[in-house]
Amino acid sequence: MNNNDSGIPRTTPRQSATFTQDINSEIRRAAATGIYDIRGGGAKRKLPTFDDLLFLGASISRYPLEGYREKCDTNVTIGGLNAANPIHLDIPITIAGMSFGALSGPAKEALGRGASEAGTSTTTGDGGMTPEERGHSSKLVYQYLPSRYGMNANDLRKADAIEIVVGQGAKPGGGGMLLGQKISDRVAQMRNLPKGIDQRSACRHPDWTGPDDLEIKILELREITGWKVPIYVKVAGARPYYDTTLAIKAGADAIVLDGMQGGTAATQDVFIEHVGQPTLAIVRPAVKALQDLGMHRKVQLILSGGIRTGADVAKAMALGADAVAIGTAALIALGDNDPKWETDYNKLGTTAGAYDDWHEGQDPAGITTQDPELMKRFDPIEGGRRLRNYLKVMTLEAQTIARACGKNHLHNLEPEDLVALTLEAAAMAQVPLAGTDWWPGKSGLF
Amino acid sequence: MCGIVGLFLKDKTMETQLGAMLSDMLITMTDRGPDSAGIAIYGDTAENTSKITVQSDTPDMDFNSLKIDLEKQVKGDVNLRVQSTHAVLELALDQVNSARLALEDLRPNLRVMSIGESLEIYKEVGLPKNVAARFEIKRMSGSHGIGHTRMATESAVTTMGAHPFNTGSDQCLVHNGSLSNHNSLRRKLRRDGVHIQTENDTEVGAAYLTWKMQNGSSLGEALESSLKDLDGFFTFVVGTKDGFGVVRDPIACKPAVMAETEQYVAFGSEYRALVNLPGIEQARVWEPEPATVYFWKH
Amino acid sequence: MQTYDLANGSLRELNATLHAQNETTNQTSWEITNPRGAHAIACGLDSPIEVAIHGSTGYYSAGMNQQATVNIKGSAGPGVAENMMSGKVVIDGDASQYAGATGNGGLLVIKGNASSRCGISMKGINIVVHGNIGHMSAFMAQSGNLVVCGDAGDALGDSCYEASIFVRGSVKSLGADCEEKEMRPEHMEILRELLLQGECDAKPAEFKRFGSARTLYNFNVDNAY
Repeated sequence: MNNNDSGIPRTTPRQSATFTQDINSEIRRAAATGIYDIRGGGAKRKLPTFDDLLFLGASISRYPLEGYREKCDTNVTIGGLNAANPIHLDIPITIAGMSFGALSGPAKEALGRGASEAGTSTTTGDGGMTPEERGHSSKLVYQYLPSRYGMNANDLRKADAIEIVVGQGAKPGGGGMLLGQKISDRVAQMRNLPKGIDQRSACRHPDWTGPDDLEIKILELREITGWKVPIYVKVAGARPYYDTTLAIKAGADAIVLDGMQGGTAATQDVFIEHVGQPTLAIVRPAVKALQDLGMHRKVQLILSGGIRTGADVAKAMALGADAVAIGTAALIALGDNDPKWETDYNKLGTTAGAYDDWHEGQDPAGITTQDPELMKRFDPIEGGRRLRNYLKVMTLEAQTIARACGKNHLHNLEPEDLVALTLEAAAMAQVPLAGTDWWPGKSGLF
Repeated sequence: MCGIVGLFLKDKTMETQLGAMLSDMLITMTDRGPDSAGIAIYGDTAENTSKITVQSDTPDMDFNSLKIDLEKQVKGDVNLRVQSTHAVLELALDQVNSARLALEDLRPNLRVMSIGESLEIYKEVGLPKNVAARFEIKRMSGSHGIGHTRMATESAVTTMGAHPFNTGSDQCLVHNGSLSNHNSLRRKLRRDGVHIQTENDTEVGAAYLTWKMQNGSSLGEALESSLKDLDGFFTFVVGTKDGFGVVRDPIACKPAVMAETEQYVAFGSEYRALVNLPGIEQARVWEPEPATVYFWKH
Repeated sequence: MQTYDLANGSLRELNATLHAQNETTNQTSWEITNPRGAHAIACGLDSPIEVAIHGSTGYYSAGMNQQATVNIKGSAGPGVAENMMSGKVVIDGDASQYAGATGNGGLLVIKGNASSRCGISMKGINIVVHGNIGHMSAFMAQSGNLVVCGDAGDALGDSCYEASIFVRGSVKSLGADCEEKEMRPEHMEILRELLLQGECDAKPAEFKRFGSARTLYNFNVDNAY
């Protein structure tokens, strides 16, 4: 009997909240291929973020500063503890490490151009330092990674700072991946790998393990570079209190702390979505570690992972960070995931904004690719200008907030300038739930 | 994360220099562990006598009259030797258990560092050179000893978190590395009635070995089974009344150097720790293999 | 000949002095005394000078070496000649773990034994070990040659790429994706040359060659570990 003819109302087909279409399609994909899903980008799941915090601003008890007229400084010095030449930045927004290999040469050039024009630093990634980015970056941070691809003392000495990468927010405890499609002749040559193979980077450094060894590794890098440049240590936001403490004990001049929204060129989706902590949750424990050792503002804390706006910058700084780093946001500023390439995204079975197969080398925007034809779509000069504009806007936004809170420097923002909209955000940021003087765990450990 | 040193003397004429050599080795490992330091010394034994080494945050208050109070409780002689924050109580072997229980009532603030006929453990928070000076380690003599400098990873920087850990009468253990399953193992051991005082991963390693031995394993067997039951990275150095052992996890990333001559067997997290030992230039120097138990006995 | 006594001087001064030779290379021969296991001795050199270290060293001696010839007349701690680019490092005694890690070029000669992870992630360096090597040696080795005159420990050549591994003695076990390879005339020639440079009188014909089975080069569930 056909239900439609019976006159009995039919139950609406109900999708499972457990077996969602997303999950089901992934089960089918896994069953068909026998390999886990690999993708780029950071966590896409909904997480508590800086959006759940609000600034209080000033009124009668506090007095705001005039925009454009009264000074609100944004400069920051990184690495003054041990380095003869610390890094002086005009703005506290830096460009995070992204590899040549993951990105094209022109994209790296654009990052250098934009960052330099805005008065900030950019960072190499897994795969070595290219002339494009060194030449176009006034301040370049050279990453020292487990893989050591392209690592050499000459480039080390060309760097303005060295960033020892222990972990990355997208994959705490994991190494990078670069699939064969992107191992072009030049990438293969720089990494000393056969062309076209699927390359997996190591998850631990090859010649040290733990903070006691790290201290000696830092000594070696300082000796090679004559104690001139700052040594940063980058850790994933996994156990931020302990990791920050140990990086400081090992002698780091700055800590780069990367939350789980932080992007990656490619890793397992299960890693990106299920390992690590949200950026909002990791700042306070790290700042506590710095304060407990008397190193807050002496060893700088650079926070990254899903920073998008001047409001995010201001909130990170209010919670105690000295600067932030942006990766994904910088790529979007360059033109990544731009709807103008929608037709091409559709051909790849995706849509602008959702494209994350950066490892496959088919980026319609010509940024995360080594394909010469696609690379032609990207103009590094135009890209650099766009990044500069975006960095300027973020800075202006952060200044707007800081002035409204009566601060003549971004560094003077403090947790007491904030309230939280949700219980989660209140607990994670340790600021009061709006309208109260309380946050969950207020009388607790921190 | 830490520095480990150990020295097992074969040559009895060197025993008076044990403390001096170990102190030097320990201080050399300061960079690896500036948070706290500790030393286990296997010194003189007297027939039918055992030692309880205790520590107090308020030694003036706790140690004053301890001898008299304890003697009343155990109804026997107690010899009290105070060394800074530590005191060694020497008493008849068959009174050790009752003395230990009595201490809990008499001086609840005292912490037991070690129990054994030969073993004394001294440990405190602070730089190794200060810890060594405070206890006058240089003046100690003995047949073997183990030292440790600590850079705390996750658990607190406290006296109780410092190594070595006493794992049973005359047994001790130090550790470099980081165990990754110590929380579950602590719960399991506690369910089996094992007393574990701290959240420190090494204490769990030590308690595990004790528990294994209480259930019939030899130290060597207990170390062998630790390779299966403990997860993470570790180099252990253990001491017994007349023996000295070393084991590294199967991955064996944490550094370990050993040296052996006719006179001694030495262990250091780095070669630096061994450079002042007599005859080191001619010693057999090697790195212990992963997942392999090494053991020396008098 | 110049002498620097580390018992009376600092590591910083020593390395700064050696680095300063990069421009003025008239002082081509250096003797360093009393290393006493200190770390980072003679790291980051970049000139064709000769440095002899009289005693045993700690971590990362001759790290990132370029052009220089460094002779450690004792044993070397972890990470000796790590990331070497060119030049020659000779260790008269034993080498600790990670010897020649990630090295890009040059020659590392270990006259005693090498510990675990010798040649880990090597990227073009040549390593000649007169004695034995420990476990996980040539892990993820990318290119270059590792010559072992003695025995090799567990998991030799695990996940290696295009590096060649030559072993004269026994191999305790091979790592993932490492297999014995045919020894062709060109390999004999490479080996003969390296044994000569490494001052080793072993015969090329006594060696077996190992390298990547290349099953891990592209992701495949059947080759997963």
